[in-house]
Amino acid sequence: MESGILAERGAERQLGEHVIGCAIARDGRMAAFATAAGDVTLVARTAGNDADWTTVPVHDGAVLSIAADAAPTGFLTGGDDNALRRVAADGTVTQIARGRRWVEHVQAWVNAKGEAKSGLILSASGKQVELRDGSGERVLKVLEHPSTVSGVVFDAKGKRIAASHYNGASLWFVNAKVDTPRELVWKGSHIGVVLHPEGEALVSSMQENDLHGWRLSDGHNMRMSGYPQKVRSMAFSRGGKWLVTSGADAVVLWPFTGGGPMGKAPTELARVDGVFCTRVACHPQHDLVAAGYDNGMVVLAEIGSQRVLPICEPGRGAVTSLCFSLDGGWLAFGTEGGTAAVVDLSAR
Amino acid sequence: MSETIAETQARGAGALVPVTVLTGFLGAGKTTLLNHILTAEHGRTYAVVINEFGELGVDNDLVVDADEEVFEMNNGCICCTVRGDLIRILGSLMKRRGRFDGIIVETTGLADPAPVAQTFFVDEDVRAKTRLDAVVTVVDACNVLTTLAESPEATNQIAFADVIILNKTDLVDEAGLEAIEARIRRINANAPVHRAQRGNVQLTDILDQGGFDLERALARVPDFLEDSSHEHDDDVSSVSFTVSEPLDAARFQAWIGALLQEQGADILRAKGILNYAGEDRRFAFQAVHMMADGDFIGPWKEGEPRESRLVLIGRKLNRPRLRRGFESCRAG
Ligand SMILES: [Zn+2]
Repeated sequence: MESGILAERGAERQLGEHVIGCAIARDGRMAAFATAAGDVTLVARTAGNDADWTTVPVHDGAVLSIAADAAPTGFLTGGDDNALRRVAADGTVTQIARGRRWVEHVQAWVNAKGEAKSGLILSASGKQVELRDGSGERVLKVLEHPSTVSGVVFDAKGKRIAASHYNGASLWFVNAKVDTPRELVWKGSHIGVVLHPEGEALVSSMQENDLHGWRLSDGHNMRMSGYPQKVRSMAFSRGGKWLVTSGADAVVLWPFTGGGPMGKAPTELARVDGVFCTRVACHPQHDLVAAGYDNGMVVLAEIGSQRVLPICEPGRGAVTSLCFSLDGGWLAFGTEGGTAAVVDLSAR
Repeated sequence: MSETIAETQARGAGALVPVTVLTGFLGAGKTTLLNHILTAEHGRTYAVVINEFGELGVDNDLVVDADEEVFEMNNGCICCTVRGDLIRILGSLMKRRGRFDGIIVETTGLADPAPVAQTFFVDEDVRAKTRLDAVVTVVDACNVLTTLAESPEATNQIAFADVIILNKTDLVDEAGLEAIEARIRRINANAPVHRAQRGNVQLTDILDQGGFDLERALARVPDFLEDSSHEHDDDVSSVSFTVSEPLDAARFQAWIGALLQEQGADILRAKGILNYAGEDRRFAFQAVHMMADGDFIGPWKEGEPRESRLVLIGRKLNRPRLRRGFESCRAG
């Protein structure tokens, strides 16, 4: 019998399709898994294997992106049918918008109190990023980029938006009267973006298997290289002390304290020779990282002690998605082989 | 890009999805051919990536609009360009790979085929799941000679082709067709030319060409090529060489690596089947501009001459120097 926390305090389901992403609702009561067949599978946070899984068709084609809604419950999805849709906790699907290009990225933001009126929704299709209010009904801004947007994120305060594209990244202010971005230029194809939680840096992933960063105080360039693969997944640890990344046969962490990562060597966690880390997620309260690998293995690793706790053994296909609930007590992951899984991490 | 030849990888060649790139000038009959492929009774399903101006007579969710977004690699070289949109589209399609047997990528009439082809060399995710099966170029028998005279892109499209479809042959007489074929051969000596009317080609001539199995293609290079005294420097031409002694693998890689680094901008394509000393299997090599790739393919067949053949298609090819270089790769 398989060992690991999944077997003891988790539940899993074979969806039969490549899982492209997963998300946990803000209230932490429900997880959602999106597939390349256009479906979303919902599972409520109930005990163990009694979990109740519901699958609803959402897009005609593949789902390309999924995120927790700005509201306490529900999810947002973007598809290659050019639609931005909302999936409610009861599985009801509503359309927010439908354009002329794939909706490749979607993200929502809400303030720490979770006030509905503070909510914002971002979606990217082609060269455009659209900013909507939390209901999705009102388009607040349409931000134009010089080339296709490969990644887009809110900062922690919902004040700025960072988008990556060819030859750099653009940083926009949500409340600006005139929309002119701060252009961060670096030649090449940038394929993803992440913002430091305290707003100190913007880091992009590049086609050539390295990271490029800009210190936002002075625009100083940073380069973080040495990866054998593209870095598909990056996340800042709680407070922004570490940038945690995939793309190597270990979880690679760059220190962002004491002047940033320049001239410093990265730290490794949970090395598995010959197996590559494909996804990372940072725990919202502790210095704890969840990491998924291309052989299907998932682990929890503690940054300070380097202690590694297996979630599940290899199998199931490469891990494509991984996320914690906001309370940190629930973990969801999905794989290329079609597995959707949830694990209860809360103290009993 | 100073990429050396990739080490042989256990990529599971059978599992890679074949991608056919369809190029050709506006009005040459690409869309007709594409519709013919998609509606013919061959029992296979294709996902199709069309350019945004394209129009297709089939409606299905495996038809994807592309916007031909080309970016330069950050190595400072203008010939090292890649189709960024294609990386994303192929990535998304491969998540649904159970639903089709192959992928066809159509380019706009003006497109340089290099960025499309180079995408298959550069991107690790594309390489892990797909292989460039063949570049198929459709040319219009009525207009091809004029187009070639007026546009370097047309020349590049012929130079890049693994297969050439000479369409609208009913509108040109036999002597005219022979003149066109001779002109095509001077640019690209080793791609087979199939005559067609309204895109009615045998699908076996264009699909599943088996990219790396270059042997048949290389066997086609005729000897008259050896006389290229009438070529101008700026014309695109093909050169081919044969060495009957085994090659030293390291020496060949060093030579071709340096050659592509120095002259890659002028070398549109390079292909070879190589006989490495101490190796029972054939080594298949190919390059687009500076980007090279290679893999061992099956063993030499019984009674087959074990010789190395290399074809280069490009501009400013200095035949004697290239021959000396290739011959200097002999083992021992
Ligand atoms: Zn180049």
